[in-house]
Amino acid sequence: MDELTRARQKACAGSRLSFDEALLLYRKASLLELGQWARAAKERHSGKNVYYNINRHINLSNTCTALCPLCAFSAKQGDTRGYILSPEKVAEMISRAMQETPGLTEIHIVSSLCPDTNFSYYTDILHTVRKLLPHVHIQAFTPAEIIYFTKISGLSIKEVLQHLKDAGLSSLPGGGAEILDDSVRQIICPDKASSAEWIETMKTAHSMGIPTNSSILYGHIETTEQRLAHLFKLRAIQDETGGFGAFVSFPFYPQNTKLAELYTIKPLTAWENLKFIALSRLVLDNIDHIKAFWIMLSEEIAQLSLAFGADDLDGTVGEEKIIHAAGAKSGSIMTRKKLNDMIVQAGYIPAERDSLYNIIKQAVPS
Amino acid sequence: MDITLDTIEDKIHSGQRLSKEDGLALYSSNDLARIGQLADSVRKKISGDYVYYNVNLHVNLTNICIGQCKFCAFGCKSSSDKAYELTKQSVLSRIAKAAEDPDMKNLHIVSGLHPDWPYEYYLDIIKTIKANFPLLHLKGFTGVEIMHFVKISGKSIETVLRELIAAGLEAMPGGGAEILDDSIRQILCPNKATSTEWLEVARTAHRLGITTNASMLYGHIETKEQRINHLLTLRALQDETGGLQTFICFPFQPKNTALEDSITRTSVWDDLKTMAISRLMLDNIHNIKAYWVMLTLPVAMLALGFGANDIDGTVGGEKIMHAAGVSSQKALSKNILIDAIREAGRIPAECDCNSKIIRTF
Repeated sequence: MDELTRARQKACAGSRLSFDEALLLYRKASLLELGQWARAAKERHSGKNVYYNINRHINLSNTCTALCPLCAFSAKQGDTRGYILSPEKVAEMISRAMQETPGLTEIHIVSSLCPDTNFSYYTDILHTVRKLLPHVHIQAFTPAEIIYFTKISGLSIKEVLQHLKDAGLSSLPGGGAEILDDSVRQIICPDKASSAEWIETMKTAHSMGIPTNSSILYGHIETTEQRLAHLFKLRAIQDETGGFGAFVSFPFYPQNTKLAELYTIKPLTAWENLKFIALSRLVLDNIDHIKAFWIMLSEEIAQLSLAFGADDLDGTVGEEKIIHAAGAKSGSIMTRKKLNDMIVQAGYIPAERDSLYNIIKQAVPS
Repeated sequence: MDITLDTIEDKIHSGQRLSKEDGLALYSSNDLARIGQLADSVRKKISGDYVYYNVNLHVNLTNICIGQCKFCAFGCKSSSDKAYELTKQSVLSRIAKAAEDPDMKNLHIVSGLHPDWPYEYYLDIIKTIKANFPLLHLKGFTGVEIMHFVKISGKSIETVLRELIAAGLEAMPGGGAEILDDSIRQILCPNKATSTEWLEVARTAHRLGITTNASMLYGHIETKEQRINHLLTLRALQDETGGLQTFICFPFQPKNTALEDSITRTSVWDDLKTMAISRLMLDNIHNIKAYWVMLTLPVAMLALGFGANDIDGTVGGEKIMHAAGVSSQKALSKNILIDAIREAGRIPAECDCNSKIIRTF
């Protein structure tokens, strides 16, 4: 039996794939084959459920010390576009979100590495949110931010996380992973957490009982091998800690980024995005949920991703600024009804979840 | 025996025709990638790895129309602010401008049913275009427009078609078929050609030696069964004449139409499923087109994996779908189409309006 046949059989049977097998399938298997195997894998993990949650995104600041070439959101210190939200302003936004969003279960906070703050600003923000919403899940601060906090506070990763947890933090988002390969990071994000630091932060969080997500930013300067190696690094961490709740793939949007000025980057197609979602579902056999982030993919492609292994459409997101700064064309508000329709049309059962994938409300299958 | 994707797959592989019940079973399954793969295997057998596209210009002579179909955002009354009529001179200058691109080989001429223009005007337009641009391929006039010409001229379908062919018409587009079920047409488009008339025009054209396309407008008030019946009607016509060249499915775009408030655009899930089912049911039609103007390019590209082997063209000047608020661009460069086809792992084939390959890339 040749290697491709064996890889196909393993993918079809749901056996664990090696790097070489994944690479072979990436290059040789058809999009729809990958889709069928990935859909079967999805159904092994989460049956007929497709999840989403009702959340609110808050980006505290955009002034950033890192100024990664991959980013269209950040602003230099002193830039007129620069902003930072005061705890009072955040309190106001939270109060508005509480009125506008019945069933809100998560506040999602991701921001720049802001030069004008000290660490207590972040614990203040958490206290503010926690006071207004004692039971809501606060998912905040990527490892890139956590590492930045260690620098401005002089504390260790573990101490930073402990302070944040004490102030109300529930979990970490999966961002800032980009490609966990320092030769790539040197070019796309030289001034933020290294691969080792990102991994160390995640492992520490998991060891403290703080769950996290995981992600990839792909479709810029990385090779196919680097893209796949990234998935295998995440799989190895998950084998060790079991702390990743979900994986989300972020296709790179070149518009308005420095990286796109320096390199010729062909924007990813829907074909490539669906293929990669399917492949991630197949490789990450130990992560339960694969998110299709409709903001990045468009509603249409996010719906199609349900045929390619995704089981989560993320949430209704208010005021998402980072990705829209890079020219994503999706609207910034999704409704519960629209999400339900998208899922039902695909033959699946909508499951409104909390941040830890506990089901809050589920449609009765017809 | 219960119909399943397995029994359908067996039928496909043993070369049996799918039944109406098979078609409905395909619609009730949501195993989208598997349905797509079945369609893809049939596509490979019927039309190989080429994906056709053409460099073309759409000419919509007027939007003034007596049809007033409920699904249309393009047609209007002559008193409307947006009403327009292209003069012969402006048609010629538009074409001349588009023809500065040496690759531009095809015209696609589809228009409103104008209340006052005489039949001779259309004949004259075709003659004049042909005289000025002898190398351009002319595809024009849906079955609905031909029936309009029949009514305003008092001539038979055959005579009208003979005269248009003599004037230079080489092929006919597939529009106006909508759903070939008069119970639906009575509600949505009562003022234009009936199902029988549309079929008779296509049949006559085929007998006179010109090919036509066929289309389906779906996602409005029709049932899945009516969609499958529509496909079977076209399959039966094709068995009889062999003159249908390309099938195109048009998802209904509600924006700016009379149905805007009651119908939302169908899902892209439905679009790809319908694409695949069309490929599977229409086993005797060579080409299945993914019309990117309606699907958007990313979805049209995906459709190439779901049974389609044609991505239409550069469509400079298209007005009808854009009136209904489609979000796709107004026109695409040839290179963008070529890239999309290649990334789908297929061979770009530039063709004329009869799907004759001019060159491949």
